[in-house]
Amino acid sequence: MARITAGVFTSHIPAVGAAIDLGKTAEPYWAPMFKGYEFSKQWIARAKPDVIFLVYNDHASAFSLDLIPTFAIGCADRFQPADEGWGPRKVPEVIGHPELAAHIAQSVILDEFDLTIVNRMDVDHGLTVPLSLMFGQPEAWPCRVIPFAVNVVQYPPPTGHRCFQLGRAIRKAIELFDEDLNVQVWGTGGMSHQLQGPRAGLINKAFDTAFFDRMLSDPEGLARMPHIDYVREAGSEGIELVMWLVGLGALKAAPRQVHRFYHVPGSNTAVGHLILENKK
Amino acid sequence: MALEKPYKDIPGTTIFDMELARKGYHLNQFCMSLMRPENRAKFKAGPRAYLDQWPMSEEQKQAVLARDYNRMIAAGGNIYFLAKIFSSDGLSFEFAASSMTGATPQEYRQMMLAGGRSPEGNRRIGEK
Repeated sequence: MARITAGVFTSHIPAVGAAIDLGKTAEPYWAPMFKGYEFSKQWIARAKPDVIFLVYNDHASAFSLDLIPTFAIGCADRFQPADEGWGPRKVPEVIGHPELAAHIAQSVILDEFDLTIVNRMDVDHGLTVPLSLMFGQPEAWPCRVIPFAVNVVQYPPPTGHRCFQLGRAIRKAIELFDEDLNVQVWGTGGMSHQLQGPRAGLINKAFDTAFFDRMLSDPEGLARMPHIDYVREAGSEGIELVMWLVGLGALKAAPRQVHRFYHVPGSNTAVGHLILENKK
Repeated sequence: MALEKPYKDIPGTTIFDMELARKGYHLNQFCMSLMRPENRAKFKAGPRAYLDQWPMSEEQKQAVLARDYNRMIAAGGNIYFLAKIFSSDGLSFEFAASSMTGATPQEYRQMMLAGGRSPEGNRRIGEK
């Protein structure tokens, strides 16, 4: 049987991808941030996931304003890095797990989560930067990845509660898959940041700290937080944090925190990172 | 009954809601076209002629030509779409964000290194 062993949560800042790709990770600006992921690289080398169910958002790369799916599951064999305006990142192609993806889609749609099924899609920094942060620069990614895109660009995104409940349905689906697979669920984006307007550069450490704490102490209450609280307190783009709730909902109750890291700034953003393991 | 839009009183912040997305559709789709290298080359070679291929408002076109991101956002642009413009210009998100705040890129970076813009006094219009 497939099982979810851990959740990984991390920001997915494009400048971080550029720093890795251009060999700038040891520069004084970036070194303290990358230090926070050293443990994570060692941890994941031991954890050896077979599949990552990777919750992220597309940033006007695969989806324009022509089509805006709230939840989209990537069911393809493989996904290419997107050209976001400066050429595609030179990172390995992403190998999917179409059988598990199709299984999850069939299960959660019948559980009343109306996913969009995607059989062709390029993946942008929202997906590839977390992979780079956790795995560095390998020739090929060491595991399969199911891209799961959440709309957080066109307001309103799905509610935190909906994301959390969807996570639960995804857990149920994965546990019903017959193959013996070690699956991790990742929630990406955030933490506090605002990229637009005169209020750009907003960072709210108190909000971010409370968010981390409540993921462990009060996940269901956290999932009830209304959008206005994210936008007002954590910036217009801070609302990406609803994607962490999909990952959190996919974990069993009372997971164990194995790593937590917070750093300001990563470009315009508060970099947040958390690893939670399911109890065996 | 009108829908509640509680985010309208946040200072210096434009939420890309359904209303703005309708207004900005062609502006944002123009931005999407810049994901193709041949289109980036055409836009660079003749910005006005390239913009004139899109049914955008004159205000939207002028805002793009002026690289005034606050004006583009007011005209329905979304920052992730507008990113295609400054990426084509070889500029970073940090640079573009600073341009919207009135700070120089150096001042903006210094603010971020010092922990970013505080939410204190920045939650509601008119708040002290």
